[in-house]
Amino acid sequence: MTTAEKTKLKKIFDRNPKNPQALITVLQDIQKEFRYLPCDAMSEAAKQLGVPLSKVFSASTFYNAFSLKPRGETIIRICQGTACHINGADLMVEQLETELNLKVGETSTDLKFTIEVVNCVGACAMAPVLIVNETYHGNVRCDRAVGLAKKG
Amino acid sequence: MVIDSIDKLKKMQDDACQKLDRQKKKVLICLGPGCLAGGSDQLLSEFRKVLKQKKVKGVTVEAVKQVGCHGFCARGPLVIIEPERIFYTKVKKAHVKDIVAKTLVNGEIIEKLLYTDPDDHAKKMADYQEIPFYKNQQRISLRNCGQIDPDRIDDYIAMGGYSALGKVLTRMKPAKVLDEVSKSGLRGRGGGGFSTGRKWATCAKIDDEPRYVICNGDEGDPGAFMDRCIMEGDPHSVLEGMIICAFAVGSNYGYIYVREEYPLAVINMQKAIEAAREHNFLGKNIFNSGFDFDVLVIRGGGAFVCGESSALMKSVAGEVGEPRAKYIRSVVKGVFDKPTVLNNVETFATVPVILDKGSKWFSSIGTKKSTGTKAFSLAGKVKNTGLVEVPMGVTLRDIIFDIGGGVPEGRTFKAVQTGGPSGGCLPEDKLDLPVDFDSLTEVGSMMGSGGMIVMDDRTCMVEVARYFLHFLVEESCGKCSPCREGLYQLLNLCTKITEGKATEADLDLMEQLSKTIQIGSLCGLGQSGPNPFISTLTYFREEYLAHINDKKCPAGICRSLIKFVINDECTGCMACIKVCPTEAITGEKKKLHVLNQDLCTQCGSCEAVCNFEAIDII
Repeated sequence: MTTAEKTKLKKIFDRNPKNPQALITVLQDIQKEFRYLPCDAMSEAAKQLGVPLSKVFSASTFYNAFSLKPRGETIIRICQGTACHINGADLMVEQLETELNLKVGETSTDLKFTIEVVNCVGACAMAPVLIVNETYHGNVRCDRAVGLAKKG
Repeated sequence: MVIDSIDKLKKMQDDACQKLDRQKKKVLICLGPGCLAGGSDQLLSEFRKVLKQKKVKGVTVEAVKQVGCHGFCARGPLVIIEPERIFYTKVKKAHVKDIVAKTLVNGEIIEKLLYTDPDDHAKKMADYQEIPFYKNQQRISLRNCGQIDPDRIDDYIAMGGYSALGKVLTRMKPAKVLDEVSKSGLRGRGGGGFSTGRKWATCAKIDDEPRYVICNGDEGDPGAFMDRCIMEGDPHSVLEGMIICAFAVGSNYGYIYVREEYPLAVINMQKAIEAAREHNFLGKNIFNSGFDFDVLVIRGGGAFVCGESSALMKSVAGEVGEPRAKYIRSVVKGVFDKPTVLNNVETFATVPVILDKGSKWFSSIGTKKSTGTKAFSLAGKVKNTGLVEVPMGVTLRDIIFDIGGGVPEGRTFKAVQTGGPSGGCLPEDKLDLPVDFDSLTEVGSMMGSGGMIVMDDRTCMVEVARYFLHFLVEESCGKCSPCREGLYQLLNLCTKITEGKATEADLDLMEQLSKTIQIGSLCGLGQSGPNPFISTLTYFREEYLAHINDKKCPAGICRSLIKFVINDECTGCMACIKVCPTEAITGEKKKLHVLNQDLCTQCGSCEAVCNFEAIDII
């Protein structure tokens, strides 16, 4: 870990309580900062919060919000809620996978794009929904997906 | 400012109302998830910019308000001009100047932005309360959604917010509050339908300290977004309900568990908590009553099972969210093994109104066993998608056809899915059932938390069952084997049917397996897991048999059983060529295209983009 990264990590530990209860919150903060959970950060979390590393690993793999692999700058999420599913969300997946040459859950080698699916983002009235980083796009016809994703 | 008496609250309410009344008109801009996806945040800044440049008599920049979901997402982005309730739909940035110049200055209505009656295109409706979508609703838990700026506590107080809390803390004893909630007949809106009053009373009686109050904002059911809109659009109502509950059960500490997928809900809840602390609605000695209470927001980790109460409580404690067997209920031993009341967002948002208007008023709405109203999110193949709230006991048909406007032109209604992965799909002949906690359960579905997905003839029911099973397999925590292994096998068998490889014996096996899963699973996720399969099999058995015996998918969805062909309607526009992921379609501009079946993966992208109905499914 670089010094800058260590400082970032320290800030996260400083603003959270140092007890096992804070584990999920701390992991969320690390994930937000680094876009994934680096191995060193997980060991540090175990030390700081007084939790066995095995428990940190268990929580990290249980919750969908966490990733153990680095993720891309642009995170493309396709909503897989019921309304999106019956309105053709899978077609968007197909288009994005083909165009970016990635499978769902994978990140491009240049760390530019990650394709993920998400269970339901609660924007069902606009199904199908594509989320590029934090921006929601509703009623997306499959041929628009790639363009929206690349725009960032 | 600390509000420590009813008089001070009344004064604050009067001041807030006066301030709002100074504006001759109000411009409400919906920033709910649907409208936001349509760019309503840009409308907000544009309105503010235009109003800064152009002076309008009696209307300042402050008249422009961001509000939470107004409900009619299908027509978003929405702009509402109060007090006339002028309802502008599908508003774009370019319309803003016009709205200011015409409607705000001259009171003139812009016809082209109004809602059009689908049956009579010449008939435009300006006042939203005349539109069928709104006319047939009665809003209690959504009372302030789309009406107030969620960031401003003044707005909430102007609508009478925190007055129920004031009344409770200054004039009522906890026992009286428990009595009132019990008498109202309020039942948990998260789907369980357990009596809220009984839950609170049980917790209050347990001789153990401290007690906790938890708000379940982990709205995991795909297709449900009521709680999201309440937390984003009216966070104070949830807080007020929680504080009242805490007073009634004798708790001093609470948590709000919000889904990770709802970042705005987290922010708005946090802002609301800070504002409530500033006014001492949270903190020490609230309303000078000697009662202390505070709340912390916990972000979920994106696990569906954490919507289950005991799993959620584990997650609050920083652990893996695995449910436990409930021989001891969580009101006795909940979070940190202490007595805990856990209710859903909508339930808490309803509580202040009950104490304000009285249990008698509330129980007069709805049916005898399911009192009050219920919010639903209407989505899928229905014209008027959005958020609705109706009295319990109205029929599914009322919601889907009168409010929702039915399925889009050219398609026919097939089923409605309620209750998320724990619910089921109901066919046309069940549409006249009243929607309440008990009626839908009797026919194999459930009202659930309120997601309502409408399906048309282009939805394959076997595939829908497969979709839900896949969802549950992914989300099963893995603790007990009936759920972990059973659902997995059920999914495999269901996939076999969608691939045309199953026999009728597989169906029998699936039914047996379903029973085992229902009886043997530890928590609700597993126990209700087979429901989508069982309900689709009950009502759409012929569709299963078509897959098994005829190797056909009547809806034209299951890839192994269909083929796409290009017919003579093809104009040679090349849209399908561009979108085909396997380059299976070839052809030149303005010439009939050709589809190579060897390369085609039957994804259906070509059909989705074709504007000329030139792709047939056989």
